[in-house]
Amino acid sequence: MRLTCTVNGTEQHVDDVWEGESLLYVLRERMGLPGSKNACEQGECGSCTVYLDGLPVCACLVAAGQAEGRQVGTVEGLADPEALHPVQQAFLDAGAVQCGFCTPGLLVATHDLIARHGRPSDAETREALAGNLCRCTGYEKILDAVRLAADRMAEPTAGGDR
Amino acid sequence: MSTPTRTPTGAPEHLTGPGSGGVGDDAQRPDGVLKVRGEFAYGSDLWMADMLWGVTLRSPHPYARIRSVDTSAALATPGVSAVLTSDDVPGEKVYGLELADQPVLALDVVRYQGEPVALVAADHPETARLAAGRIHVDYDVLEPVTDARTALGHPTWNQVHDSTAEVTELSRESAHLHPEGNLVRHLKVRTGDPAPTADVVVVGEYEVGMQDQAFLGPEAGLAVPAEDGGVELHVATQWLHVDQKQICAALALPPEQVRLTLAGVGGAFGGREDLSMHVHACLLALRTGRPVKMSYNREESFFGHVHRHPATMRYEHGATRDGELVYVKAAIYFDGGAYASSTPAVVGNGGTMGIGPYVVPNVHVDCYGAYTNNPPCGAMRGFGSVQTAFAYESQMDALAAELGMDPVELRCRNAMEEGSATPTGQVIDSPAPVAELLRRLEAMPLPAASGDGEVDLRDMPGGVSNTTHGEGVRRGVGYAVAYKNVAFSEGYDDHSTARVRLEVVGGEPTATVHTAAAEVGQGLVTVEQQIARTELGVERVVVHPKDTSVGSAGSTSASRQTYVTGGAVKAACEKVRAQVVARAERLVGRTVPDLRLAGGAVVSDSEDITVPLADLLGDDVLEETLEWRHRPTEAIDPETGQGFAHVQYAFSAHRAVVDVDTELGLVKVVEMACTQDVGKAINPQAVVGQIQGGTAQGLGLAVMEEILIKDGKVRNPSFTDYLIPTILDMPPMRIEVLEYADPHAPYGLRGVGEAPNISSGPAVLAAIRAATGLPLTRVPVRPEHITGT
Ligand code: FES
Ligand code: FES
Repeated sequence: MRLTCTVNGTEQHVDDVWEGESLLYVLRERMGLPGSKNACEQGECGSCTVYLDGLPVCACLVAAGQAEGRQVGTVEGLADPEALHPVQQAFLDAGAVQCGFCTPGLLVATHDLIARHGRPSDAETREALAGNLCRCTGYEKILDAVRLAADRMAEPTAGGDR
Repeated sequence: MSTPTRTPTGAPEHLTGPGSGGVGDDAQRPDGVLKVRGEFAYGSDLWMADMLWGVTLRSPHPYARIRSVDTSAALATPGVSAVLTSDDVPGEKVYGLELADQPVLALDVVRYQGEPVALVAADHPETARLAAGRIHVDYDVLEPVTDARTALGHPTWNQVHDSTAEVTELSRESAHLHPEGNLVRHLKVRTGDPAPTADVVVVGEYEVGMQDQAFLGPEAGLAVPAEDGGVELHVATQWLHVDQKQICAALALPPEQVRLTLAGVGGAFGGREDLSMHVHACLLALRTGRPVKMSYNREESFFGHVHRHPATMRYEHGATRDGELVYVKAAIYFDGGAYASSTPAVVGNGGTMGIGPYVVPNVHVDCYGAYTNNPPCGAMRGFGSVQTAFAYESQMDALAAELGMDPVELRCRNAMEEGSATPTGQVIDSPAPVAELLRRLEAMPLPAASGDGEVDLRDMPGGVSNTTHGEGVRRGVGYAVAYKNVAFSEGYDDHSTARVRLEVVGGEPTATVHTAAAEVGQGLVTVEQQIARTELGVERVVVHPKDTSVGSAGSTSASRQTYVTGGAVKAACEKVRAQVVARAERLVGRTVPDLRLAGGAVVSDSEDITVPLADLLGDDVLEETLEWRHRPTEAIDPETGQGFAHVQYAFSAHRAVVDVDTELGLVKVVEMACTQDVGKAINPQAVVGQIQGGTAQGLGLAVMEEILIKDGKVRNPSFTDYLIPTILDMPPMRIEVLEYADPHAPYGLRGVGEAPNISSGPAVLAAIRAATGLPLTRVPVRPEHITGT
């Protein structure tokens, strides 16, 4: 089948998509956007988290055809090519990235969390990120990164795009 | 042959960290920006326009004879390019890290569920999977051996007061899974009085379930056939050169024709020490003449790598009335599963360090590794020491209770220190602050009691499932301390190779560090840069892609890379520096004793000399390559276990605070505190990250993580059923890092990664025991162990 959707603001057309393919597979293998990760491909790890019409979803659980005509946002679209989004910068500054395989999904989930909550409490962060597994960090520095990003984005001068 | 369109490496060229950052700084990772932008190419991200997908057909049976394999229907499937079996392996048909006993593809017998039997390459992964399902394998199913002691013909323990003496005889009657029998290794430690007596004796039997590394990045790589008849493999792994050696043997190709480059690695924790898809992808690529990508899904990953050995252990501790340890006897069984993998070395660690960081005059340890038809077990962070720590620390608590002593006090009274002898007769010749680690934990404030103020369900065991508002919830506090060898032991020639180049690029002095040491997420690439910055006084340091065009760096395991590859990089930098200094002295025409490199120049403090490297080097390139070794260790005596087995020890301690819903058996870990001596923190932020991550994996094993095996079959090969800690499961952590230099190690550093993974779980177990008053001798602790239902 042919799939048309908008990914990170750019309209994409791909042909010969097999009906059984997930949105994650199409992004990674057909659109050249491997930033969204494939740690489980069964909806359990959050490494494939993307925005679908503005809501975070596990791309591995979305059939490619379900994305037809819709807006998809991935980690590759969080910032302009030469810049980092404050959430990305905070993950680096806090040391929240080790192997980094969980990172793209966590960045999208955190981006969404801060957009909704501004400055989430730790308890809210834990609830919001409970679907994103990380095997390396023990999550402490991820919490640090969320706090740092939220603080920086709340400061009027920091001017992060939300 | 074209190159992959996505830079197929974990350390793409021109990786340079932002700004300065030498040894001791919180330097940022050079791959960090790529990782947060989603542009870092992991093994599973590699892609070439004309590539095929490889998949593996695996045995559904834990033990069976193969009568026949029919691949014709699979081959006839449109889109399929190749179907291979063991007949298509041109070289050695078996491989292994320490013993070559594992078939590349099944020969006449399969010995575990998930053993690879055949391979398919096709133009779409689903086509390949469909075709693999069409391969007809005729199995003669055999009765599996699924218990280590049964495999060895040893009696099972059913009463804790049975003597340990009766388990020393090996019966040869049980079915032999391998020609030499089912014993992989038996390690003995004997010191002191063989028949000691003591005022107070405690005996316990303990069991540790099978843990999975559960790294998030799947086993993956891309094999590209080369014009010289060889192959280039881009793969996520832990030790490129040991892979290369095994791949060469299987392919019957010389090392020059099997070139490996590290792809981005999404965590490892020991699970990538053994080969997975490496040879398979190469076989398919060489057969089809096209690039072949293999990437396991999560279920296949559970079958595609070794796990942590499950263990059953029986310990007997004897002490004086005032709490001095007199003797420890232990029998330790590691279930190695179907193939040896690194079982011999795991037995080595389990046996030599099996009584913990305590001084004990009389020790009698038997540690066994056995073949069974369970999944193969091998390396996982903590490597043989995680299992025994649950047993010896539980014993210390039981002994403290028997003596009416405070558990921390008992530990401190018997703690190793610098100058103590280990049970293997090795005198510890660098700081061993075991007691201090515990005392510092004790001095830390405890978290507030759970009932204080308004109840937030999210702080309760069971969380927002709303299972309790505090009724039946009891708090417990537990302590544990552990130690672990750093680097490879028992006389192994454990070295690393570093190539360091210094040149001027675009007017800026630039160092390039080239090693084959695998970056798996821990931050070794950052450490390599930091060392080069400090030693060469330059800001810009490029980390060359990790590949086999430079000599071996040894494995990224055993907490060894910062020590060994760090040592190699430091030594190579020193040689480059000597060349620079000699040049500078030629330039100034005399010897200047305090010339050093700083700020991109050769400088002297005593004399007013500043020679910019840009001027001194011009277009010249200075390069040094060297192999570096830590001081040698030695093999241990086969009868007594005595010998200088380990080059360095790392020490850590944990305090766990838990709330337990005693009615439902649910556990909420409220806080973890950790103290660890790291000798010297090369990158403090990364050190803390290792401690936090290691703590989480230890906690996971204590309360939730287990591969469930029934009759040799894995019951839960998914993240739905194999649970690892989420952000909701992990509590806040308090961490204190001590830096007592080890005079034998570069910068005085100690390996960091494993120790906290060892002491964390036993502290959680101790805390649950304290909360419930139950003996709890098995991990992971399940709700029914607490409720007794
Ligand atoms: S890959 Fe989608 S949730 Fe794990
Ligand atoms: S950083 Fe490795 S999984 Fe999170």
